[in-house]
Formats: sequence, C-alpha cells, structure tokens
Amino acid sequence: MRKLLFQTVAKKPLTEPTPVADDPELLALAQKLKQKIDATFAGSLAIRAVDAGSCNGCELEIHALNNPLYDLERFGLKFVASPRHADVLLVTGPVTQNMREALQRTYDATPAPKWVVAMGACAGDGGVFAESPDCLGGVEKVVPVDLFIPGCPPTPLTLIKGFLALVGA
Amino acid sequence: MTTLIQAFAALPPVAGHGPWPRRMVDETIWEGLAEWLSNGHGTFLSLWGDSEAVHMALLDAPEGVSVASLACRPGRFFPSVGALHPPAIRFERAVRDLSGQIPFDAPDARPWLDHSQPYAFLASEGEGLHQIPVGPVHAGIIEPGHFRFTCNGETIVRLEARLGYVHKGVEALMTGANLERAALLAGRCSGDSTVAYAIAFSRAVEAAGGLKIPERAHWLRALMAELERLANHLGDIGAVCNDAAFALMLAHCSVLREKVLRACAACFGHRLMMDLVAPGGVRADLDGEAAWRLQELMASIRAAFPQLVELYDSTTSLQDRTVGTGVLKPELARQYGAGGFVGRASGRAFDARRALPYPPYDRLRFSIPVLTEGDVNARVWIRIKDVEQSLGLIEQILERLPTGDIFAEPTAITGEGFAMVEGFRGDVLVWVRVKNGLVERCHLRDPSWLQWPLLEAAIQGNIVADFPLCNKSFNCSYSGHDL
Ligand code: SF4
Repeated sequence: MRKLLFQTVAKKPLTEPTPVADDPELLALAQKLKQKIDATFAGSLAIRAVDAGSCNGCELEIHALNNPLYDLERFGLKFVASPRHADVLLVTGPVTQNMREALQRTYDATPAPKWVVAMGACAGDGGVFAESPDCLGGVEKVVPVDLFIPGCPPTPLTLIKGFLALVGA
Repeated sequence: MTTLIQAFAALPPVAGHGPWPRRMVDETIWEGLAEWLSNGHGTFLSLWGDSEAVHMALLDAPEGVSVASLACRPGRFFPSVGALHPPAIRFERAVRDLSGQIPFDAPDARPWLDHSQPYAFLASEGEGLHQIPVGPVHAGIIEPGHFRFTCNGETIVRLEARLGYVHKGVEALMTGANLERAALLAGRCSGDSTVAYAIAFSRAVEAAGGLKIPERAHWLRALMAELERLANHLGDIGAVCNDAAFALMLAHCSVLREKVLRACAACFGHRLMMDLVAPGGVRADLDGEAAWRLQELMASIRAAFPQLVELYDSTTSLQDRTVGTGVLKPELARQYGAGGFVGRASGRAFDARRALPYPPYDRLRFSIPVLTEGDVNARVWIRIKDVEQSLGLIEQILERLPTGDIFAEPTAITGEGFAMVEGFRGDVLVWVRVKNGLVERCHLRDPSWLQWPLLEAAIQGNIVADFPLCNKSFNCSYSGHDL
C-alpha cells in the first residue's frame, strides 16, 4: 500500500480543470436560480439523490461525479445521506406509482429553502416510460422542479455544468 | 423421473419458436416438471404469463433450454411451481400482478410488484428480537428497495426484502411496440447492463425471424459486452471495498472505470453504449483510430490493475471485513440457479457464453473462474478474475475483428424467439413473440430475480453493519428485477 500511496503523491493530481457551462439553454435555466442560491447557501450545496424509478443508468453517472477526475466536492457540492441535511434533491426516473409516496415524503423531509433538480430524460417527462400507467411521467407530477438536466443519462460533465451554474461558480 | 423428462421431450415443439423448443404441456407434466426441479434436477430459469397461458423456461430438460407452456384452467388458474420449488415463488407472485394468472396452492399469495395494497411482512417473533426497517430511499446513491431486518442485538436473524419500487411496466410497454422502440425499452431495463439486454433482446428477435446478421456485428456486440463487463466490475470492486471503509480502492478503481467509459464514448458515441445494439446488428462501427484507442486502454488497465489486486489482497483490515462475511452456500446457489459472480463464487460454474455459446464466444479463448467459499471475498475475486478474462477477450476481438457490414435490416418478422446472454451480473434472459415486426409479448428476466432471495439467506447471522458490504458484493439490480 505504501508504494501505491507514494506514487499517488508523486504524480500530478488526476482531477481535471473546471468545466464551463457552454449549453446556452442549460445556462439560462440555471442562472435563474444562481442569485437566490448564492444568497441562501453561500455557494455550497448539500445534495440528496433520490431514485424515483430510474433504470440505474443515471445513478452510474452520479457515482462518476465522485471519482477523482471530476471530484465534485472541490466545488462545494457534496452528497448527503439524509434529506434532512440536504439543500437540493437530485431526482432521477419517471416517478413510478410505487415511488410516488417515498418521493413526496423525501421532499417533505427536506428543510426549506430547497431545490429540486430533475436529472435525465425520464425525470423530465417520463422518457421512454412516459406512456406507462405504472409511471407518473416526470418529477414535476409530484414535486416542483427548479432545474432539468437533459440526457439519457446526462454525462457527469453536463451534471457538473448544471450544478456549477446553479451555485454561480 | 427420467421418464417424465422423456415424455416432456417427446412432445411436439410449437412451430416457429427458436432456437430452442417450446412445448405445450398438460397439468400432469407441468407438476411433474416442478417436482423434477425440486428433486435437484435441471435449473429453473423463469416463469411468465401470456394472454392465455403460463410459460416456464428450464435448463437441461434435457436439451440446453426448453420452454414448457401450460394453458390455464378457467379462472386463469395454474398449479404452483413455487409450492414445490421455492425459486419460482416470486415469479408466480409477479405473474399474478402483471398478467393475472393465479397459481393455486402457492405458498405465498402476497402481491409482489403491485404496491397498491398494504403489505404484510412475515412475522418473526422471539425474546430480544427487534426490527429495523430500511428504505425504500437509502442513505447512499443506490436504487430504492425496502429491507426489513429482524435482529437480535447486532446480529441479523432474518432479512425480508420488499422490491418493486421501480416497477415501470416495461413488459406492458413492450406489447405493441415496434422493434426499434422495443429495443430502447430493453436497453433501459437495467442501465448498467444496457448492452447485455440489447443483445439478448436482439438475439431473441433474430431467433424468432431466423434473421442472420453480419459477422462483424457479432464481434462488435461482444466487444461492447466485454467493455460493459469490465467497467461494471471495476466499479464494483472499488465500491465493495468502499463499503468496508477502504476508500483508496474506490478512488483507483473508479479512475479505471472512468477511462473505460470515456473510451466507449470516444469509440461508439455513448459512455454506457446505450442503443447501439439493435435487432439486425449494431448501430456504430469501430474505425482504426478507435481500435487503437481501445488497445491503449487495455495496456493502461493491464499496467494499473495488478497493483490494485495486490493492495486488495494484502490489506489485512480489508480482508478482515470481506473474508467469511455473507457466505452463500453452494447448495443454495445451485438450487436457485444463481448466475454471475454470485453463483460462481459459490461453486456454480454457469456462464451463458460457455454453456449456451453464441457467436463469437464459440471462437474465443477464455475461462470461467469459479470459487466455492461463497463469501464477499470470493465474489470480489470472481470479479477480479473476470476483469482479466475480459481484457483478454477484448484484445482477441480487436485482433481478429472481421471486416464487412454491421447491420442487416430486419424485415417484418413473425415468430417466437428466446435468448440468454451473459451480462456482468449473470445471464439475462429474453423471450419474445413478434408478429409482423410488432412485439406481441416480451418477457425479460434479470439475473437478479434468482440472486435477491439468496442475499436474504447469505446475510443471516451477520451483523447489521455488514449488510451494505454484502449487498454491494451481490450488487443485484433493482430496476432489472422490478421491470
Ligand atoms: S434518463 Fe435514461 S439513463 Fe436516466 S433513468 Fe431514464 S432511461 Fe435510465
């Protein structure tokens, strides 16, 4: 283990430079929230991920945000274990009937002020599952959505850009 | 019992079902098959409902795969297989929820994927026992499910899982869909296995229509499948260690995983390789530069991975957590026909790439690692050895990739097809009936169906704090299971 640790110290960090939000639509949406969040959370956000029926593809990319290359925490964004510690709910999936109550209760358990980010095509409008009677067809059907991040799944870079613009970095 | 299997095998196969036979059976044979399974013969693969019938897929009865179909009695009743062979219990509960057939004499009549009614957990009573309800929303970034622990102090006496929270109605959406849309849906049963699902669905459709696809497409499919396996195993190895509070492994493994995903995006245009495999072949070709990039990726993983394996193997505090934890007994793995690392860490040497070979695996060199300890450590080691096998497979594919077309447009297909494809967590099974290019009925069975119940067995006698570790070492799919 010592050898590996030493090598890691000797090498340059793997973490990559800060991306910029270059998608005008995403930027416009996110900047609407920027000022409020700056004032309220002083540029740091605690995120709680909620899977409301995802295929788990979106979760894989949320996980990727924590790898050393993206290293989300350097931006003051971190994932927390309880909605009670969260400022932002990051919701994936088309919201299944079976997750409706859990999503609502998670939202209710999150202290105000709070923001909801709908991640991925499913969370937007149900995606490929939109017509299913077992799905509600998007996060907005249950809780108010402040930002939608498109993609199937959105890449880690798209996610970071969305979050970054959100906190105004 | 052999006579029953002979009688079953002698029945005429239903026309237009491929590549393995499907046979209509009567209740006597149906029940006989259930008894045959319960006596430890063959392997139960799946059970699903259709408009008028129920189907059951079996392994080694006696040919590779066979499907037994039973027309239900008036009132849509059929004799319960689960009454004799427990692995079928959850399938029968789901059949009742999804297509309405009712297993009579079933040992568990509670709904499974349908959450519209209040749910009664099994009672566990005794002095000093207490319950811990967990989920559906968990502390980590994982899929939703409910776990009901009954504990004595720190020790888990019983775990009962309740799943179905991410039930999206995939099979119902499949009905009436054209092949293009159906392939999108199949690729979103379980995002981490999107390539495996897309291949399984495509192979089932191609079997139904007797469609031959270009040779190069077979090889590109296998290339994507191995890249998917590699990425997932790298992620899992790190994540299991992280659940034992050893974050260093996660950091290093997740960098390797990220390298694989970036290479996939660069070569095929999507990090998870979604929607690239479809009935008829593949949608993206590999050019010379991309092939070179993959070769480089293999070299960089080969250089970095052995150090990580050594780190895993020589860190005693980590081994202390993984060795002897969450033991799954080989008998149970066999009885349930557990696939993937769950089965192969507990002595069940099944891999669809070898047992029911499909191209190009019949022409590639690889071994199927098997261990018998059945603990978290063994499940990590199977993944480590699988990584090495996948690296070898990818190198062989890059070396021998045939030239030519990559797609053959499917014409209006009619027929029934079946496919089993080895995904990273085990065999993905797809059965489909297509009429004039539209799906009439499609059943998709994730390997997790036969692994989830075993997690409940493996966790017994372990402490609550080891549950995340055991759960991650199984890494069952919630979405793939809940459909
Ligand atoms: S948006 Fe795509 S990746 Fe995300 S949950 Fe939906 S289908 Fe899966």
